[in-house]
Amino acid sequence: MRTLRELAHSRTGDKGDTSNISLIAYDAADYPLLLRWVTAARVKAHLSEIVKGDVMRYELPRLGALNFVLEHALSGGVTRSLALDAHGKSLSSALLSMAIPDGGEETGDD
Amino acid sequence: MSSISLSRAVRIGAGAGYSGDRIEPAIELAERAHIDYLVFECLAERTIALAQQERRRDPARGYDPFLEARMRAVLPACRRRGIRVITNAGAANPAAAARTVAEIARGLGLQGLRVAAVLGDDVLALVQRRAAEDELRDECGDALPAEMLSANAYLGAEPIVDALAQGADVVITGRVADSSLFLAPLVHEHRWSADDWMRRARGAVAGHLLECAGQITGGYFVDPTFKDVPHLARLGFPIGEVDAEGAITVTKLGDTGGCVTVRTCTEQLLYEVHDPRAYLTPDVCVDISEATVTELAPDRVRVEGVSGRERPERLKVSVGFAHGFVGEGQISYAGPGAAARGRLALDVVAERLRMTGVHHDELRLDLIGVNALHGDALSSGAGEPYEVRARVAARCANQCDARRIGEEVEMLYTNGPAGGGGVVKATRELVGVTSCFVPRDEVRATIEWEVA
Repeated sequence: MRTLRELAHSRTGDKGDTSNISLIAYDAADYPLLLRWVTAARVKAHLSEIVKGDVMRYELPRLGALNFVLEHALSGGVTRSLALDAHGKSLSSALLSMAIPDGGEETGDD
Repeated sequence: MSSISLSRAVRIGAGAGYSGDRIEPAIELAERAHIDYLVFECLAERTIALAQQERRRDPARGYDPFLEARMRAVLPACRRRGIRVITNAGAANPAAAARTVAEIARGLGLQGLRVAAVLGDDVLALVQRRAAEDELRDECGDALPAEMLSANAYLGAEPIVDALAQGADVVITGRVADSSLFLAPLVHEHRWSADDWMRRARGAVAGHLLECAGQITGGYFVDPTFKDVPHLARLGFPIGEVDAEGAITVTKLGDTGGCVTVRTCTEQLLYEVHDPRAYLTPDVCVDISEATVTELAPDRVRVEGVSGRERPERLKVSVGFAHGFVGEGQISYAGPGAAARGRLALDVVAERLRMTGVHHDELRLDLIGVNALHGDALSSGAGEPYEVRARVAARCANQCDARRIGEEVEMLYTNGPAGGGGVVKATRELVGVTSCFVPRDEVRATIEWEVA
């Protein structure tokens, strides 16, 4: 079992109560692995304590990247949130802690 | 056409990515970089609402608190080297900011410096009228607060282009879209036409890449052993080179810290983007879904493949409103059982707030070192920390109740678990921000001039 941190890097941005987390493969060859394992549903489950709304995933194959948009993820937004990390800057690290099953490479196509 | 396509790239330095940003990298750019423009992005979502309150208390203020320090630091070199300055540090009072900059310039012996203030983003009266007439319901629903402190439309590049065409050495704006600060000099120099959505989109992306300054040269990026960056302490700020076709090259001064790589640029390209096919700015609707990021040489990265469509019909407006007060208190515990004592402390404070009738609209109990950032589920696998910090924060309608939050945490010294130390308490006024939209043609930007 590996974590995403070994396969990809990530950055979080905030707009109002919506957070976006990019996920960028270090090696373009691992992009299919990200496509297969890092689905919107898995991200929503992984961050279930944080994201109260929908999670959308956008695919950017030319960049070897995925972009996740997390609605109602910032306790109302940076201006009114009581959270220590009101911007959600640290959420990229939460995403990178997600586990990726070994041997996923062989089934990267489906 | 051929003279335009043959013209050289316009070079823009990013001197600040937010109001409190470092000043030394901007000085390096002003003094040593071959740049035509130096742009300072200083205005966050909430800043303008706070600045609006400051202006109400003192009509001569309401602009960025670091404006003077920044201008003193870079204006002599910019004047000497023919670099024009563009900034949104005017915040809630660009006219007063322009007067201040002209005054600073005179003090520095820079007579004749032409400073333009872009006005017109303040649309509080318009939004209040439209709200009263119920014309905003479609955009904002019930989210629009009854009592607004401020309403500022995100202006586009146009008024800045006008100011540059009229000979401004320094352009100071209030709320404009961050990317517009960078697109404006490109439109001005390359004479891109009003409906040239393709090139405007590329210029907007150049702005998007540069607007956070150090975030594209290795700031907000390092993860030791996974993503290393040389000399982070001396992080240099970026330079964007954009040619007449809109091809973007990002680079930096060679002897500064940091790096410009495919990785730093890709992270920043996707920063604060939702749908990559529809990144909306006041100037153009941008599509980065087919964008590519390529290294040309060390610290030189090319971004291509950006396309664009017609700009949105309406302008986004940021609305600030009073949202009560936040009270907060923190206390630390260490050694064996630290987390258990921290948890007990939180329970005790919550119960005492109930017992003493402190009213709050929202209460948050965190154990810093355990669950404050991502909650309990994600941290459950980690071991017990050596030390923790219990944090209580609450949103209250009045300042009295807000003050009680920190006081109740402080009382843990003599009324709480063993070994609690290092209490910090604070209250602050909360300014909420929400957004709505107004028709573009109802917003009129104007320019005021100050000459040193």
